[in-house]
Amino acid sequence: MTRAGGAAPRSAGCGRALPIAVRALVALAVAALAGPGGAFAMDAVAAAPERLVLSISQPEVRITSSFDGADLVVFGVAPDGGDFDVVVTVRGPAEEFATWRKSRVMGLWVNTESRRFLDVPAFLSVQSNRPMERIAGPDVLRSEQAGLARNVLVQRVGTDFSDVVQSDPFRVAFLRIRQAEGLYRENEAGVSFLAPDVFRSDFAIPGTAPIGRYTVNAKVFRDGRMTAHAATEFTVKKTGFEQNVAQFSQDHGWLYGCLVALGSLFIGFGANILFRRE
Amino acid sequence: MTIYLPIAELPVSVFSIFLMGLAVGFISGMFGVGGGFLMTPLLIFSGVPPAYAVASVSPYMAASSLSGALSYLRKGMVDLPLAGMLLAGALIGTLAGVFLFLWLRTVGQVDLFIRIAYTVLLGFIGTIMLLESMRAILRGRRGQPPLVRRPGPHAWFMRLPLKMRFRRSRIYISVLPVIAMGAVVGLLGAALGVGGGFILVPALIYMLRVPTQTSVGTSLVLTLVTMAAATVLHAEANRTVDAVLALILMLGGTVGAQFGARAGQTVRAEHLRLLLGLLVLAVGLRVASDLVATPADPYAVTAVEAQP
Repeated sequence: MTRAGGAAPRSAGCGRALPIAVRALVALAVAALAGPGGAFAMDAVAAAPERLVLSISQPEVRITSSFDGADLVVFGVAPDGGDFDVVVTVRGPAEEFATWRKSRVMGLWVNTESRRFLDVPAFLSVQSNRPMERIAGPDVLRSEQAGLARNVLVQRVGTDFSDVVQSDPFRVAFLRIRQAEGLYRENEAGVSFLAPDVFRSDFAIPGTAPIGRYTVNAKVFRDGRMTAHAATEFTVKKTGFEQNVAQFSQDHGWLYGCLVALGSLFIGFGANILFRRE
Repeated sequence: MTIYLPIAELPVSVFSIFLMGLAVGFISGMFGVGGGFLMTPLLIFSGVPPAYAVASVSPYMAASSLSGALSYLRKGMVDLPLAGMLLAGALIGTLAGVFLFLWLRTVGQVDLFIRIAYTVLLGFIGTIMLLESMRAILRGRRGQPPLVRRPGPHAWFMRLPLKMRFRRSRIYISVLPVIAMGAVVGLLGAALGVGGGFILVPALIYMLRVPTQTSVGTSLVLTLVTMAAATVLHAEANRTVDAVLALILMLGGTVGAQFGARAGQTVRAEHLRLLLGLLVLAVGLRVASDLVATPADPYAVTAVEAQP
Protein backbone atom coordinates (compact mmCIF):
# COMPACT_ATOMS: atom_id res chain seq x y z
CA MET A 1 0.00 0.00 0.00
CA THR A 2 2.99 2.33 0.22
CA ARG A 3 2.67 3.09 -3.45
CA ALA A 4 -0.82 4.46 -3.16
CA GLY A 5 0.05 6.41 -0.04
CA GLY A 6 3.03 7.99 -1.69
CA ALA A 7 1.20 8.84 -4.89
CA ALA A 8 -1.95 10.38 -3.51
CA PRO A 9 -0.51 13.74 -2.41
CA ARG A 10 0.85 14.33 -5.88
CA SER A 11 -2.57 14.07 -7.41
CA ALA A 12 -3.93 16.59 -4.91
CA GLY A 13 -4.03 19.26 -7.59
CA CYS A 14 -6.66 17.54 -9.69
CA GLY A 15 -9.66 19.08 -7.92
CA ARG A 16 -12.86 17.15 -7.93
CA ALA A 17 -11.27 14.00 -9.26
CA LEU A 18 -9.30 13.63 -6.03
CA PRO A 19 -11.48 11.28 -3.97
CA ILE A 20 -12.05 9.08 -6.98
CA ALA A 21 -8.39 9.26 -7.81
CA VAL A 22 -7.34 8.07 -4.36
CA ARG A 23 -9.85 5.26 -4.40
CA ALA A 24 -8.83 4.16 -7.86
CA LEU A 25 -5.17 4.20 -6.93
CA VAL A 26 -5.70 2.17 -3.77
CA ALA A 27 -7.71 -0.36 -5.74
CA LEU A 28 -5.06 -0.49 -8.41
CA ALA A 29 -2.23 -0.90 -5.96
CA VAL A 30 -4.07 -3.71 -4.21
CA ALA A 31 -4.83 -5.37 -7.51
CA ALA A 32 -1.24 -5.07 -8.60
CA LEU A 33 0.09 -6.53 -5.35
CA ALA A 34 -2.47 -9.31 -5.32
CA GLY A 35 -1.26 -10.48 -8.67
CA PRO A 36 -3.20 -12.07 -11.51
CA GLY A 37 -4.92 -14.49 -9.18
CA GLY A 38 -6.38 -11.66 -7.12
CA ALA A 39 -10.10 -11.75 -6.59
CA PHE A 40 -10.58 -8.13 -7.59
CA ALA A 41 -13.01 -7.59 -10.41
CA MET A 42 -11.08 -5.09 -12.47
CA ASP A 43 -12.54 -4.24 -15.85
CA ALA A 44 -9.19 -4.55 -17.50
CA VAL A 45 -7.53 -7.26 -19.47
CA ALA A 46 -3.97 -8.15 -18.61
CA ALA A 47 -1.84 -9.05 -21.60
CA ALA A 48 -0.18 -12.40 -21.31
CA PRO A 49 3.55 -11.72 -20.92
CA GLU A 50 3.46 -8.35 -19.24
CA ARG A 51 0.68 -7.22 -17.00
CA LEU A 52 -1.04 -3.86 -17.31
CA VAL A 53 -4.00 -2.85 -15.18
CA LEU A 54 -6.27 0.12 -15.94
CA SER A 55 -8.94 1.89 -13.98
CA ILE A 56 -11.17 4.74 -15.06
CA SER A 57 -12.30 7.44 -12.63
CA GLN A 58 -15.95 7.27 -13.73
CA PRO A 59 -17.50 4.30 -15.50
CA GLU A 60 -20.50 6.45 -16.39
CA VAL A 61 -20.75 10.08 -17.38
CA ARG A 62 -24.26 11.29 -16.64
CA ILE A 63 -25.66 14.14 -18.67
CA THR A 64 -27.82 16.57 -16.73
CA SER A 65 -29.20 19.92 -17.85
CA SER A 66 -26.03 21.71 -16.72
CA PHE A 67 -23.72 19.27 -18.51
CA ASP A 68 -20.88 21.05 -20.26
CA GLY A 69 -18.30 18.34 -20.65
CA ALA A 70 -16.58 16.12 -18.13
CA ASP A 71 -13.06 15.48 -16.90
CA LEU A 72 -11.99 11.90 -16.58
CA VAL A 73 -8.82 10.23 -15.41
CA VAL A 74 -7.50 6.84 -16.34
CA PHE A 75 -4.94 5.24 -14.04
CA GLY A 76 -2.69 2.42 -15.03
CA VAL A 77 -0.21 0.15 -13.31
CA ALA A 78 2.48 -1.77 -15.14
CA PRO A 79 3.86 -3.89 -12.30
CA ASP A 80 6.98 -4.85 -14.23
CA GLY A 81 8.20 -1.28 -13.82
CA GLY A 82 11.36 -0.18 -15.54
CA ASP A 83 11.63 2.27 -18.36
CA PHE A 84 8.51 2.39 -20.49
CA ASP A 85 6.30 4.69 -22.53
CA VAL A 86 2.53 4.83 -22.61
CA VAL A 87 0.03 5.80 -25.29
CA VAL A 88 -3.60 6.14 -24.16
CA THR A 89 -6.30 6.28 -26.84
CA VAL A 90 -9.96 7.10 -26.07
CA ARG A 91 -12.47 6.31 -28.81
CA GLY A 92 -16.10 7.40 -28.78
CA PRO A 93 -19.02 5.67 -30.50
CA ALA A 94 -18.60 5.05 -34.23
CA GLU A 95 -20.40 7.30 -36.69
CA GLU A 96 -20.37 7.97 -40.40
CA PHE A 97 -19.07 11.28 -41.72
CA ALA A 98 -18.80 12.90 -45.11
CA THR A 99 -15.96 15.24 -45.97
CA TRP A 100 -16.84 17.65 -48.77
CA ARG A 101 -14.56 19.65 -50.97
CA LYS A 102 -15.72 22.82 -52.68
CA SER A 103 -14.37 23.94 -56.00
CA ARG A 104 -15.21 26.62 -58.49
CA VAL A 105 -17.77 25.81 -61.16
CA MET A 106 -18.68 28.66 -63.49
CA GLY A 107 -17.65 31.24 -60.89
CA LEU A 108 -19.61 29.63 -58.06
CA TRP A 109 -18.20 27.63 -55.15
CA VAL A 110 -19.96 24.31 -55.14
CA ASN A 111 -19.46 21.07 -53.22
CA THR A 112 -17.99 18.94 -55.94
CA GLU A 113 -16.30 16.00 -54.28
CA SER A 114 -16.91 14.05 -51.12
CA ARG A 115 -15.53 11.07 -49.24
CA ARG A 116 -17.44 8.93 -46.79
CA PHE A 117 -15.71 7.95 -43.56
CA LEU A 118 -17.44 4.86 -42.23
CA ASP A 119 -17.64 3.80 -38.59
CA VAL A 120 -14.99 6.23 -37.46
CA PRO A 121 -15.00 7.32 -33.80
CA ALA A 122 -17.05 10.47 -33.19
CA PHE A 123 -14.62 11.29 -30.38
CA LEU A 124 -10.92 10.46 -30.46
CA SER A 125 -8.21 11.42 -28.04
CA VAL A 126 -4.61 10.20 -28.15
CA GLN A 127 -2.24 11.00 -25.31
CA SER A 128 1.30 9.89 -24.58
CA ASN A 129 4.03 10.66 -22.08
CA ARG A 130 6.44 12.01 -24.71
CA PRO A 131 6.47 12.70 -28.46
CA MET A 132 5.36 9.54 -30.16
CA GLU A 133 8.07 9.67 -32.83
CA ARG A 134 10.56 9.06 -30.03
CA ILE A 135 8.59 6.18 -28.50
CA ALA A 136 8.76 3.83 -31.46
CA GLY A 137 9.49 3.63 -35.16
CA PRO A 138 6.91 4.69 -37.75
CA ASP A 139 5.92 1.13 -38.62
CA VAL A 140 5.19 0.18 -35.02
CA LEU A 141 3.32 3.42 -34.38
CA ARG A 142 1.25 2.87 -37.49
CA SER A 143 0.36 -0.72 -36.68
CA GLU A 144 -0.52 0.18 -33.09
CA GLN A 145 -2.54 3.23 -34.24
CA ALA A 146 -0.51 5.43 -31.92
CA GLY A 147 -1.32 9.02 -32.83
CA LEU A 148 -4.32 10.78 -34.36
CA ALA A 149 -3.03 10.62 -37.91
CA ARG A 150 -2.15 6.93 -37.51
CA ASN A 151 -5.61 5.82 -36.46
CA VAL A 152 -7.40 3.71 -39.01
CA LEU A 153 -10.13 5.78 -40.68
CA VAL A 154 -12.00 3.62 -43.13
CA GLN A 155 -13.32 5.34 -46.25
CA ARG A 156 -15.65 4.11 -48.90
CA VAL A 157 -13.53 3.81 -52.01
CA GLY A 158 -15.85 3.03 -54.89
CA THR A 159 -17.58 -0.18 -53.85
CA ASP A 160 -14.77 -1.14 -51.48
CA PHE A 161 -13.81 0.01 -48.00
CA SER A 162 -10.30 0.87 -46.98
CA ASP A 163 -8.09 3.36 -45.25
CA VAL A 164 -5.95 5.57 -47.48
CA VAL A 165 -2.48 7.09 -47.25
CA GLN A 166 -2.00 9.55 -44.41
CA SER A 167 -1.35 12.43 -46.78
CA ASP A 168 -4.73 12.02 -48.51
CA PRO A 169 -6.19 15.56 -48.57
CA PHE A 170 -9.68 14.44 -47.49
CA ARG A 171 -8.22 12.48 -44.58
CA VAL A 172 -6.01 15.41 -43.52
CA ALA A 173 -8.96 17.82 -43.77
CA PHE A 174 -11.18 15.46 -41.78
CA LEU A 175 -8.67 15.24 -38.91
CA ARG A 176 -8.05 18.98 -38.99
CA ILE A 177 -11.74 19.91 -38.85
CA ARG A 178 -12.58 17.38 -36.15
CA GLN A 179 -9.68 18.76 -34.09
CA ALA A 180 -10.93 22.31 -34.58
CA GLU A 181 -14.33 21.16 -33.29
CA GLY A 182 -12.62 19.80 -30.15
CA LEU A 183 -13.76 16.25 -30.77
CA TYR A 184 -10.38 14.91 -31.87
CA ARG A 185 -7.40 15.62 -29.67
CA GLU A 186 -3.76 14.72 -29.42
CA ASN A 187 -1.48 15.53 -26.51
CA GLU A 188 2.05 14.20 -26.38
CA ALA A 189 2.43 15.24 -22.74
CA GLY A 190 -0.91 13.92 -21.54
CA VAL A 191 0.37 10.90 -19.63
CA SER A 192 2.32 11.41 -16.42
CA PHE A 193 4.02 8.98 -14.08
CA LEU A 194 2.98 9.01 -10.43
CA ALA A 195 5.56 6.35 -9.60
CA PRO A 196 7.94 4.35 -11.79
CA ASP A 197 5.20 1.85 -12.56
CA VAL A 198 2.02 3.93 -12.09
CA PHE A 199 0.76 6.40 -14.69
CA ARG A 200 -2.25 8.63 -15.04
CA SER A 201 -3.81 10.29 -18.05
CA ASP A 202 -6.33 13.12 -17.69
CA PHE A 203 -8.69 13.73 -20.54
CA ALA A 204 -11.79 15.85 -21.03
CA ILE A 205 -14.82 15.11 -23.13
CA PRO A 206 -16.56 18.21 -24.47
CA GLY A 207 -20.24 19.04 -24.04
CA THR A 208 -20.82 18.17 -27.68
CA ALA A 209 -19.43 14.67 -27.16
CA PRO A 210 -21.75 12.01 -28.57
CA ILE A 211 -23.84 9.74 -26.35
CA GLY A 212 -22.69 6.15 -26.15
CA ARG A 213 -19.93 3.79 -25.19
CA TYR A 214 -16.32 4.94 -25.14
CA THR A 215 -13.31 2.65 -25.04
CA VAL A 216 -10.03 3.54 -23.37
CA ASN A 217 -7.01 1.73 -24.72
CA ALA A 218 -3.58 1.93 -23.14
CA LYS A 219 -0.45 0.54 -24.73
CA VAL A 220 2.94 0.14 -23.09
CA PHE A 221 6.04 0.48 -25.26
CA ARG A 222 9.53 -0.67 -24.32
CA ASP A 223 12.52 -0.18 -26.57
CA GLY A 224 10.30 0.75 -29.47
CA ARG A 225 8.04 -2.31 -29.22
CA MET A 226 4.55 -2.64 -27.85
CA THR A 227 4.81 -4.99 -24.87
CA ALA A 228 1.48 -4.71 -23.11
CA HIS A 229 -1.96 -3.32 -23.69
CA ALA A 230 -5.19 -3.10 -21.78
CA ALA A 231 -8.63 -1.60 -22.30
CA THR A 232 -11.46 -0.32 -20.22
CA GLU A 233 -14.58 1.60 -21.10
CA PHE A 234 -17.10 4.14 -19.93
CA THR A 235 -20.46 5.32 -21.16
CA VAL A 236 -21.88 8.79 -21.69
CA LYS A 237 -25.63 8.84 -21.19
CA LYS A 238 -28.51 11.19 -20.56
CA THR A 239 -30.31 10.94 -17.23
CA GLY A 240 -33.38 12.36 -15.55
CA PHE A 241 -35.23 15.09 -17.43
CA GLU A 242 -32.96 14.94 -20.49
CA GLN A 243 -33.45 11.20 -20.82
CA ASN A 244 -37.21 11.45 -20.30
CA VAL A 245 -37.70 14.17 -22.90
CA ALA A 246 -35.55 12.38 -25.47
CA GLN A 247 -37.29 9.06 -24.82
CA PHE A 248 -40.75 10.61 -25.04
CA SER A 249 -39.96 12.36 -28.33
CA GLN A 250 -38.71 9.05 -29.74
CA ASP A 251 -41.65 6.96 -28.56
CA HIS A 252 -44.54 9.36 -29.16
CA GLY A 253 -43.60 11.62 -32.08
CA TRP A 254 -47.14 12.85 -32.79
CA LEU A 255 -47.99 13.55 -29.16
CA TYR A 256 -44.65 15.23 -28.53
CA GLY A 257 -45.06 17.42 -31.63
CA CYS A 258 -48.60 18.38 -30.64
CA LEU A 259 -47.52 19.24 -27.10
CA VAL A 260 -44.64 21.40 -28.33
CA ALA A 261 -46.94 23.16 -30.83
CA LEU A 262 -49.60 23.74 -28.15
CA GLY A 263 -46.96 24.96 -25.74
CA SER A 264 -45.66 27.41 -28.32
CA LEU A 265 -49.18 28.79 -28.91
CA PHE A 266 -49.69 29.07 -25.16
CA ILE A 267 -46.45 31.02 -24.75
CA GLY A 268 -47.21 33.26 -27.72
CA PHE A 269 -50.65 33.97 -26.29
CA GLY A 270 -49.26 34.54 -22.80
CA ALA A 271 -46.65 37.01 -24.01
CA ASN A 272 -49.31 38.96 -25.87
CA ILE A 273 -51.53 39.19 -22.77
CA LEU A 274 -48.55 40.15 -20.66
CA PHE A 275 -47.58 43.01 -22.92
CA ARG A 276 -51.07 44.15 -23.72
CA ARG A 277 -51.43 47.90 -23.53
CA GLU A 278 -54.95 49.10 -23.62
CA MET B 1 -24.78 29.70 -18.00
CA THR B 2 -25.25 26.77 -20.32
CA ILE B 3 -28.07 24.30 -20.68
CA TYR B 4 -27.90 20.89 -22.30
CA LEU B 5 -30.29 20.33 -25.19
CA PRO B 6 -31.75 16.85 -24.71
CA ILE B 7 -32.60 16.15 -28.36
CA ALA B 8 -29.90 18.06 -30.25
CA GLU B 9 -27.42 16.67 -27.69
CA LEU B 10 -25.17 19.62 -27.01
CA PRO B 11 -24.87 22.39 -24.42
CA VAL B 12 -25.70 25.96 -25.47
CA SER B 13 -25.48 29.31 -23.74
CA VAL B 14 -28.97 30.21 -22.47
CA PHE B 15 -28.29 33.93 -22.64
CA SER B 16 -27.10 34.07 -26.24
CA ILE B 17 -29.96 31.86 -27.47
CA PHE B 18 -32.43 34.07 -25.60
CA LEU B 19 -30.93 37.20 -27.18
CA MET B 20 -31.15 35.64 -30.64
CA GLY B 21 -34.82 34.90 -30.00
CA LEU B 22 -35.40 38.46 -28.83
CA ALA B 23 -33.70 40.08 -31.84
CA VAL B 24 -35.26 37.87 -34.48
CA GLY B 25 -38.64 38.09 -32.72
CA PHE B 26 -38.49 41.87 -33.00
CA ILE B 27 -37.86 41.64 -36.75
CA SER B 28 -40.59 39.02 -37.04
CA GLY B 29 -43.21 41.16 -35.31
CA MET B 30 -42.22 44.28 -37.19
CA PHE B 31 -42.21 42.87 -40.72
CA GLY B 32 -44.55 39.91 -40.44
CA VAL B 33 -41.87 37.46 -41.45
CA GLY B 34 -41.41 34.21 -39.57
CA GLY B 35 -37.74 34.92 -39.07
CA GLY B 36 -36.70 31.38 -39.96
CA PHE B 37 -34.44 32.63 -42.72
CA LEU B 38 -32.48 34.54 -40.05
CA MET B 39 -32.80 32.20 -37.07
CA THR B 40 -31.85 28.92 -38.73
CA PRO B 41 -28.43 30.18 -39.93
CA LEU B 42 -27.80 31.78 -36.51
CA LEU B 43 -28.46 28.49 -34.74
CA ILE B 44 -26.32 26.52 -37.18
CA PHE B 45 -23.57 29.07 -36.58
CA SER B 46 -23.88 28.41 -32.81
CA GLY B 47 -23.20 24.73 -33.40
CA VAL B 48 -26.71 23.25 -33.53
CA PRO B 49 -26.84 20.61 -36.30
CA PRO B 50 -28.93 21.85 -39.30
CA ALA B 51 -31.67 19.20 -39.00
CA TYR B 52 -32.32 20.19 -35.37
CA ALA B 53 -32.04 23.92 -36.09
CA VAL B 54 -34.63 23.83 -38.90
CA ALA B 55 -37.11 21.72 -36.89
CA SER B 56 -36.76 23.59 -33.57
CA VAL B 57 -37.23 26.98 -35.22
CA SER B 58 -40.79 25.99 -36.29
CA PRO B 59 -42.41 26.09 -32.81
CA TYR B 60 -40.49 29.29 -32.10
CA MET B 61 -41.92 30.90 -35.24
CA ALA B 62 -45.42 29.69 -34.30
CA ALA B 63 -45.12 31.30 -30.86
CA SER B 64 -43.69 34.63 -31.98
CA SER B 65 -46.06 34.96 -34.93
CA LEU B 66 -49.09 34.26 -32.67
CA SER B 67 -47.82 36.87 -30.23
CA GLY B 68 -47.45 39.37 -33.07
CA ALA B 69 -50.64 38.37 -34.90
CA LEU B 70 -52.80 38.93 -31.81
CA SER B 71 -51.67 42.50 -31.47
CA TYR B 72 -52.36 43.18 -35.16
CA LEU B 73 -55.72 41.44 -34.79
CA ARG B 74 -56.70 43.74 -31.94
CA LYS B 75 -55.92 46.74 -34.13
CA GLY B 76 -57.99 45.32 -36.97
CA MET B 77 -54.93 44.80 -39.14
CA VAL B 78 -55.52 41.13 -39.96
CA ASP B 79 -57.65 40.00 -42.89
CA LEU B 80 -58.85 36.58 -41.79
CA PRO B 81 -60.74 35.61 -45.00
CA LEU B 82 -57.62 36.55 -46.98
CA ALA B 83 -55.47 34.46 -44.64
CA GLY B 84 -57.87 31.53 -45.08
CA MET B 85 -57.69 31.70 -48.88
CA LEU B 86 -53.89 31.98 -48.80
CA LEU B 87 -53.77 29.01 -46.46
CA ALA B 88 -55.83 26.89 -48.84
CA GLY B 89 -53.31 27.68 -51.57
CA ALA B 90 -50.36 27.10 -49.24
CA LEU B 91 -51.63 23.60 -48.48
CA ILE B 92 -51.53 22.67 -52.19
CA GLY B 93 -48.18 24.39 -52.64
CA THR B 94 -46.57 22.65 -49.67
CA LEU B 95 -47.48 19.21 -51.01
CA ALA B 96 -46.07 20.13 -54.42
CA GLY B 97 -42.96 21.57 -52.76
CA VAL B 98 -42.25 18.36 -50.86
CA PHE B 99 -42.34 16.43 -54.13
CA LEU B 100 -40.17 19.03 -55.85
CA PHE B 101 -37.65 18.68 -53.04
CA LEU B 102 -37.63 14.89 -53.33
CA TRP B 103 -37.16 15.13 -57.10
CA LEU B 104 -34.28 17.60 -56.70
CA ARG B 105 -32.63 15.19 -54.29
CA THR B 106 -32.66 12.44 -56.87
CA VAL B 107 -31.12 14.82 -59.41
CA GLY B 108 -28.51 15.98 -56.89
CA GLN B 109 -27.19 19.45 -56.03
CA VAL B 110 -30.21 20.42 -53.93
CA ASP B 111 -27.94 22.66 -51.92
CA LEU B 112 -26.85 24.58 -54.99
CA PHE B 113 -30.42 24.92 -56.25
CA ILE B 114 -31.56 26.29 -52.89
CA ARG B 115 -28.74 28.81 -52.73
CA ILE B 116 -29.28 30.09 -56.26
CA ALA B 117 -33.05 30.24 -55.82
CA TYR B 118 -32.55 32.17 -52.57
CA THR B 119 -30.16 34.64 -54.14
CA VAL B 120 -32.36 35.34 -57.15
CA LEU B 121 -35.56 35.55 -55.14
CA LEU B 122 -34.22 37.69 -52.32
CA GLY B 123 -32.25 39.93 -54.65
CA PHE B 124 -35.28 40.48 -56.88
CA ILE B 125 -37.78 41.16 -54.10
CA GLY B 126 -35.30 43.26 -52.13
CA THR B 127 -34.43 45.47 -55.09
CA ILE B 128 -38.06 46.08 -56.04
CA MET B 129 -39.02 47.00 -52.49
CA LEU B 130 -36.03 49.24 -52.06
CA LEU B 131 -36.69 51.19 -55.27
CA GLU B 132 -40.42 51.53 -54.68
CA SER B 133 -40.15 52.65 -51.05
CA MET B 134 -37.37 55.14 -51.84
CA ARG B 135 -39.53 56.66 -54.55
CA ALA B 136 -42.44 56.86 -52.08
CA ILE B 137 -40.27 58.52 -49.46
CA LEU B 138 -38.89 61.05 -51.95
CA ARG B 139 -42.40 61.84 -53.11
CA GLY B 140 -43.32 62.51 -49.47
CA ARG B 141 -40.30 64.79 -49.05
CA ARG B 142 -41.35 66.86 -52.06
CA GLY B 143 -44.66 67.41 -50.34
CA GLN B 144 -46.70 65.35 -52.81
CA PRO B 145 -49.43 63.18 -51.30
CA PRO B 146 -48.37 59.54 -50.92
CA LEU B 147 -49.74 57.25 -53.59
CA VAL B 148 -51.43 54.71 -51.35
CA ARG B 149 -52.90 52.90 -54.28
CA ARG B 150 -52.18 53.43 -57.87
CA PRO B 151 -55.01 54.70 -59.98
CA GLY B 152 -56.20 52.87 -63.02
CA PRO B 153 -57.78 49.50 -63.62
CA HIS B 154 -56.82 46.42 -61.64
CA ALA B 155 -54.31 44.06 -63.17
CA TRP B 156 -55.78 41.29 -65.34
CA PHE B 157 -55.31 38.57 -62.71
CA MET B 158 -57.47 40.47 -60.24
CA ARG B 159 -60.37 40.58 -62.68
CA LEU B 160 -60.62 36.80 -63.02
CA PRO B 161 -63.92 35.15 -61.99
CA LEU B 162 -64.78 34.13 -58.40
CA LYS B 163 -64.50 37.60 -57.05
CA MET B 164 -64.57 38.10 -53.34
CA ARG B 165 -64.55 41.13 -51.09
CA PHE B 166 -61.76 41.30 -48.52
CA ARG B 167 -62.98 44.13 -46.34
CA ARG B 168 -60.02 44.56 -44.05
CA SER B 169 -57.69 44.80 -47.02
CA ARG B 170 -60.14 47.05 -48.87
CA ILE B 171 -59.91 45.00 -52.05
CA TYR B 172 -62.48 43.26 -54.23
CA ILE B 173 -60.65 40.72 -56.35
CA SER B 174 -60.76 37.19 -57.71
CA VAL B 175 -59.72 34.49 -55.21
CA LEU B 176 -57.75 32.64 -57.92
CA PRO B 177 -54.60 34.82 -57.73
CA VAL B 178 -54.83 34.71 -53.92
CA ILE B 179 -54.84 30.91 -53.89
CA ALA B 180 -52.06 30.84 -56.48
CA MET B 181 -50.01 33.18 -54.34
CA GLY B 182 -50.52 30.96 -51.30
CA ALA B 183 -49.48 27.97 -53.41
CA VAL B 184 -46.26 29.64 -54.56
CA VAL B 185 -45.37 30.58 -50.99
CA GLY B 186 -46.12 27.05 -49.80
CA LEU B 187 -44.08 25.57 -52.65
CA LEU B 188 -41.05 27.73 -51.96
CA GLY B 189 -41.45 27.23 -48.24
CA ALA B 190 -41.37 23.45 -48.52
CA ALA B 191 -38.63 23.37 -51.17
CA LEU B 192 -36.41 26.01 -49.59
CA GLY B 193 -37.25 25.35 -45.94
CA VAL B 194 -38.50 28.84 -45.11
CA GLY B 195 -41.80 30.14 -43.73
CA GLY B 196 -42.30 32.35 -46.76
CA GLY B 197 -43.30 35.55 -44.97
CA PHE B 198 -40.62 37.56 -46.70
CA ILE B 199 -42.08 36.54 -50.06
CA LEU B 200 -45.71 36.86 -49.02
CA VAL B 201 -45.56 40.34 -47.51
CA PRO B 202 -44.14 42.03 -50.64
CA ALA B 203 -46.49 39.99 -52.85
CA LEU B 204 -49.52 41.15 -50.88
CA ILE B 205 -48.34 44.75 -50.92
CA TYR B 206 -47.35 45.05 -54.55
CA MET B 207 -49.48 42.50 -56.39
CA LEU B 208 -52.76 42.55 -54.47
CA ARG B 209 -52.29 46.09 -53.13
CA VAL B 210 -53.16 45.18 -49.57
CA PRO B 211 -52.19 47.96 -47.11
CA THR B 212 -48.68 47.39 -45.72
CA GLN B 213 -49.65 46.82 -42.09
CA THR B 214 -52.55 44.51 -42.99
CA SER B 215 -50.15 42.49 -45.17
CA VAL B 216 -47.86 42.06 -42.18
CA GLY B 217 -50.67 41.02 -39.82
CA THR B 218 -52.18 38.58 -42.34
CA SER B 219 -48.81 37.08 -43.12
CA LEU B 220 -48.26 36.45 -39.39
CA VAL B 221 -51.48 34.43 -39.23
CA LEU B 222 -50.36 32.33 -42.18
CA THR B 223 -46.92 31.77 -40.62
CA LEU B 224 -48.54 30.78 -37.33
CA VAL B 225 -50.65 28.02 -38.89
CA THR B 226 -47.97 26.62 -41.19
CA MET B 227 -45.32 26.59 -38.47
CA ALA B 228 -47.57 24.89 -35.89
CA ALA B 229 -48.23 22.21 -38.52
CA ALA B 230 -44.53 21.99 -39.38
CA THR B 231 -43.69 21.41 -35.69
CA VAL B 232 -45.93 18.37 -35.51
CA LEU B 233 -44.69 17.02 -38.86
CA HIS B 234 -41.01 17.48 -37.96
CA ALA B 235 -41.55 15.86 -34.56
CA GLU B 236 -43.22 12.83 -36.11
CA ALA B 237 -41.17 12.40 -39.27
CA ASN B 238 -37.66 13.46 -38.20
CA ARG B 239 -37.77 13.53 -34.36
CA THR B 240 -35.55 16.59 -34.44
CA VAL B 241 -37.68 19.14 -32.56
CA ASP B 242 -35.77 20.13 -29.42
CA ALA B 243 -38.32 21.36 -26.87
CA VAL B 244 -35.71 22.99 -24.62
CA LEU B 245 -34.12 24.92 -27.47
CA ALA B 246 -37.55 25.98 -28.76
CA LEU B 247 -38.60 27.11 -25.28
CA ILE B 248 -35.60 29.42 -24.81
CA LEU B 249 -36.07 30.85 -28.31
CA MET B 250 -39.76 31.41 -27.65
CA LEU B 251 -39.25 33.24 -24.37
CA GLY B 252 -37.06 35.73 -26.20
CA GLY B 253 -39.05 35.65 -29.44
CA THR B 254 -42.51 36.37 -28.08
CA VAL B 255 -41.25 39.36 -26.10
CA GLY B 256 -39.27 40.60 -29.08
CA ALA B 257 -42.30 40.18 -31.36
CA GLN B 258 -44.38 42.38 -29.06
CA PHE B 259 -41.93 45.25 -29.30
CA GLY B 260 -41.49 44.60 -33.02
CA ALA B 261 -45.24 44.67 -33.69
CA ARG B 262 -45.56 47.92 -31.75
CA ALA B 263 -42.68 49.42 -33.70
CA GLY B 264 -44.12 48.16 -36.99
CA GLN B 265 -47.49 49.78 -36.32
CA THR B 266 -46.00 53.19 -35.56
CA VAL B 267 -43.39 53.40 -38.33
CA ARG B 268 -44.62 54.95 -41.56
CA ALA B 269 -45.56 52.35 -44.16
CA GLU B 270 -43.00 53.36 -46.79
CA HIS B 271 -40.24 53.34 -44.18
CA LEU B 272 -41.32 49.86 -43.10
CA ARG B 273 -41.15 48.70 -46.73
CA LEU B 274 -37.72 50.29 -47.13
CA LEU B 275 -36.38 48.52 -44.05
CA LEU B 276 -37.83 45.16 -45.09
CA GLY B 277 -36.37 45.67 -48.57
CA LEU B 278 -32.94 46.34 -47.08
CA LEU B 279 -33.20 43.29 -44.82
CA VAL B 280 -34.24 40.99 -47.65
CA LEU B 281 -31.50 42.35 -49.88
CA ALA B 282 -28.87 41.93 -47.14
CA VAL B 283 -29.78 38.28 -46.60
CA GLY B 284 -29.72 37.73 -50.37
CA LEU B 285 -26.26 39.28 -50.64
CA ARG B 286 -25.05 37.16 -47.75
CA VAL B 287 -26.16 33.96 -49.50
CA ALA B 288 -24.68 35.18 -52.77
CA SER B 289 -21.33 35.99 -51.18
CA ASP B 290 -21.11 32.40 -49.91
CA LEU B 291 -21.51 31.23 -53.48
CA VAL B 292 -19.05 33.64 -55.06
CA ALA B 293 -16.39 34.36 -52.43
CA THR B 294 -13.46 32.00 -51.97
CA PRO B 295 -14.24 29.91 -48.88
CA ALA B 296 -11.83 30.10 -45.92
CA ASP B 297 -11.70 26.32 -45.91
CA PRO B 298 -12.66 24.43 -49.05
CA TYR B 299 -13.31 21.33 -46.94
CA ALA B 300 -16.26 20.68 -44.65
CA VAL B 301 -17.23 17.69 -42.52
CA THR B 302 -20.84 16.68 -41.99
CA ALA B 303 -22.25 13.85 -39.92
CA VAL B 304 -24.17 11.37 -42.04
CA GLU B 305 -27.47 10.74 -40.29
CA ALA B 306 -28.18 7.09 -39.78
CA GLN B 307 -31.21 6.11 -41.83
CA PRO B 308 -33.90 4.80 -39.48
